[in-house]
Amino acid sequence: MDITSLDIRALSEKLGKKELSSTEATRAYLERIGKVEGRVSAFVTVTPEEALKAASEADSRIQKGEDVTPLTGVPIAVKDIFCTRGIRTTCSSRILENFVPPYDATVVRKLKDAGAVILGKNNMDEFAMGSSTENSAFKKTLNPWALDRVPGGSSGGSAAAVAASECAASVGTDTGGSIRQPASCCGVVGLKPTYGRVSRFGMIAFASSLDQAGPITKSVKDAAIMLNAIAGHDPLDSTSIDAPAPDYTASLMSGVKGLRVGIPKEYFIEGMDPEVEASVREALETLKALGAELVEISLPHTEYAVAVYYLVATAEASSNLARYDGVKYGLRVDETGSLLDMYKRTRDEGFGPEVKRRIMLGTYSLSAGYYDAYYKKASQVRTLIKDDFEKAFSYCDVIATPTAPTPAFRIGEKLEDPLTMYLSDIFTISCNLAGIPGISLPCGLTKDGLPVGLQILGRYLDEETVLRAAWSYEEATEWHKRRPNI
Amino acid sequence: MSITEKDVLHVAELARLALTDKEKELYTVQLKRILGYVVKLSELDTKGVEPTTHTVPPRTAFREDRVLQSLTSEEALRNAPSSERGCFKVPQIIE
Repeated sequence: MDITSLDIRALSEKLGKKELSSTEATRAYLERIGKVEGRVSAFVTVTPEEALKAASEADSRIQKGEDVTPLTGVPIAVKDIFCTRGIRTTCSSRILENFVPPYDATVVRKLKDAGAVILGKNNMDEFAMGSSTENSAFKKTLNPWALDRVPGGSSGGSAAAVAASECAASVGTDTGGSIRQPASCCGVVGLKPTYGRVSRFGMIAFASSLDQAGPITKSVKDAAIMLNAIAGHDPLDSTSIDAPAPDYTASLMSGVKGLRVGIPKEYFIEGMDPEVEASVREALETLKALGAELVEISLPHTEYAVAVYYLVATAEASSNLARYDGVKYGLRVDETGSLLDMYKRTRDEGFGPEVKRRIMLGTYSLSAGYYDAYYKKASQVRTLIKDDFEKAFSYCDVIATPTAPTPAFRIGEKLEDPLTMYLSDIFTISCNLAGIPGISLPCGLTKDGLPVGLQILGRYLDEETVLRAAWSYEEATEWHKRRPNI
Repeated sequence: MSITEKDVLHVAELARLALTDKEKELYTVQLKRILGYVVKLSELDTKGVEPTTHTVPPRTAFREDRVLQSLTSEEALRNAPSSERGCFKVPQIIE
């Protein structure tokens, strides 16, 4: 049996029945990482010693039958944006290359409390800025389905690690699609919960009103298991929602009969890949055959979402990234000049080109004379986008769309043209602007063998219906069982 | 509204970034293109529309006035590039 081919549910069952120990499973994953990491580059840091120690503790929990959860002993990975106590956390940036946090992010603490074994930290676009994981300061992650292609971004390392079976599941973050878009490119499941459903404490901030942590898994059921572990109110995060989190695995059973699935006409656009469109349309027919009702809806402000996003996200980023000044942590360059020179040289050497471009754009749109025309205008259009969803959800229960307009693109293909790169997130961005939940799950392969993702969006705080619709589709198809040959 | 190299330099100063000549040129071209795209927002009439800055209603971030364990100053300084006598050390700013 290949342990690393199992999903969380299957692995957890074997651990529970003591057919397998967490130490054996962890060793199997570490071996797998040793075997494929040279080609995929999904990790910034691998932590074998800590993982084996956690596995041994999990084995002892399972042996005693105490505090056992579906994640106890399960080897997972986390994006290098989450602070991990005593373990280097870089955000794939030179400016944080040697940063060792003195605390765990709430997401990490919750996963540890649930008994999960953390194998290491996944590569990402620097400060989560990008759609291809080509913007990491350290390495480019490659798509396990086709090594000349990107894995998507910014959680590309997390999605590639799951696709290449280097971990049973991972946790990424999604600011404009950074969980769903790489999940789509890598043929795995990626869930962005409602904004505030999962704590942002200890998650290095990019755009605070949009950033949201969520799981990347091999199946929808696994996504529900992971969400159960990380969701819930956190007093350490003032933006976390103070409402109890339901049992998300319990919501998977009821099927889609009578469920109204909204199909927004604005999401089937000219220029999208015909194979992507065909796979998604077929997936919609599958949902219909399962008893769902397809309803045509309109989200009229969709075409403005990318513009709104790049003004709002960069404005927030320019403010959040002001903290990297070479004083409190991270890189410092130039001790000889003035304090101001030190700030400027540290930031110029520490940040990569995409991060600098976004800081520049954000600073510009917030600067005197331009605030009303850019940031304020974008925030007003954000209201219109949010209202579009509210209206749409009076006609339907979930909304189904393609996750990305194309399959994974070639490395370097869009790197020179930021605007074209930004448009890769065109179908995922609105969800973050409105704060609603969304999932991407595999729904096909192109003739070149590249995965296609189906996106399902839901009402505010209604992850249960999103998961239910996704699970019904998954149960009726085989796409989630396909793995890259690596 | 077209962005010039002078604007780029001004913004870099505000953002505390020292740009090379090549970067100045590059960002002038790229920001011009991106701002040329986002200008499409002006097609929409947003008079009277309240801006959305947050999707969760803001909450006062006060907690009970209790003494809780915090980071020790040693822990807080551990990542500092330079520190002395329990303080972050920076280049001299007063002559």
